Amino acid sequence: MGATVRICVTVNGERRESEVEARTLLVYWLREELGLTGTHVGCDTTNCGACTVHMNGESVKSCTVLAAQADGAEVTTIEGLAPEGGLHPLQDAFWEKHGLQCGFCTPGMIMAAADLLQRNPNPTDDEIRHGLEGNLCRCTGYHNIVKAVKAAAANEVPA
Amino acid sequence: MITAPFDYETPETLDEAVRMLHENGEDAKLLAGGHSLLPLMKLRLAAPTLLVDLRLVPGLHHIQRENGSWRIGALARHADLQDTPELGVASAAAKQIADQQVRNRGTIGGSLAHGDPASDLPAVLVALEGEVSAQGRNGLRTIPAGELFQDYLTTALAHDEVITEVRLPATDGWGYGYEKFTRRAEDWAMVGVCALVKKGADGSCEDVRVGLTNMGSTPLRATAAEQALRGGSLDGDSIASAAEHAAEGTDPPGDLNATPDYKRHLARVLTRRALVAAAQA
Repeated sequence: MGATVRICVTVNGERRESEVEARTLLVYWLREELGLTGTHVGCDTTNCGACTVHMNGESVKSCTVLAAQADGAEVTTIEGLAPEGGLHPLQDAFWEKHGLQCGFCTPGMIMAAADLLQRNPNPTDDEIRHGLEGNLCRCTGYHNIVKAVKAAAANEVPA
Repeated sequence: MITAPFDYETPETLDEAVRMLHENGEDAKLLAGGHSLLPLMKLRLAAPTLLVDLRLVPGLHHIQRENGSWRIGALARHADLQDTPELGVASAAAKQIADQQVRNRGTIGGSLAHGDPASDLPAVLVALEGEVSAQGRNGLRTIPAGELFQDYLTTALAHDEVITEVRLPATDGWGYGYEKFTRRAEDWAMVGVCALVKKGADGSCEDVRVGLTNMGSTPLRATAAEQALRGGSLDGDSIASAAEHAAEGTDPPGDLNATPDYKRHLARVLTRRALVAAAQA
């Protein structure tokens, strides 16, 4: 066991304090200590994007961030993206456009798409495909994911 | 995957960071965005016993123009470069690094200190003839791009030196292109080419720079291609014939994705494309 670090992270608007082993990855802290299992571990090698969360408002792969590095940061997971009881426009759009099949990549895909729409509120199909290149989906062939992001950008889906 | 155990420190000044690195010897590693180091640690290819995280050290995040050059703090992220198109080719290359999540964490200082010839920014630094400042126990020193990269994952930095700033000459009046070939979107470059062209008043090639990513154990300059084009015409034929020299003097290692011959082929093709883009600007 290595050194432990005291961290204080605001997760989905709530201040969470914890004593973690220095080598604890952010994704495992979120899932195993806070029980926020909406963030998935896919490849665990910074490739697939299933573990994407927002740190200080920008997408990061939480399998490649130490929980200790998030000390003092604001983290948003898929559970905290929408207001209580509602769905975020991207969540609605993924539902409406059938932007998922098995659903494993979906939380990361939506968190990455939210960052993309912040950077580029009105992306073309091509910009969406490039913007999501850090997220792998093995079911859909991406086509409906692109449609969903486009629909969310155009506010086509009633929130 | 979980890394081997390590101790973790967050110094609040550069001096403190340097002292921690010095006192803990080769087993201490500096942590910036962590997007080169943490993957290696997870695979247990690296197992430092101490990480010195720079995140609380102030004054390392700037991107500012000062007269003829850009001063970029070592902790400026690829996303920050991406969002500063005035930087020219450095911004264009940063935009092509991995994916947005990685660009939101990875830093220019971390990428250069890692010294991976397959990373994009080292070849940009070399092509631009930039330099880095490094803080060590005996103060600050300047390391020119041509001396920074010594071998595969090996730089001129001492283990207790910290890159504080990267300086790139401004390229007003130069056209540029960064062309990169990958098998999958977010991969490292199989080969990448950074080209800059300065056009004379008559439209000829007044000056030219070509940097190569992943064509050897360090980033390289395609000097034979540069010489073939410098002072001559910038039409399609001249560029194509200059680009034929792009792989001269290189000895790229084969890997899973490409044989040395294929990499040399890619270098010629990508050099032509990057030069065409640079000459059009």
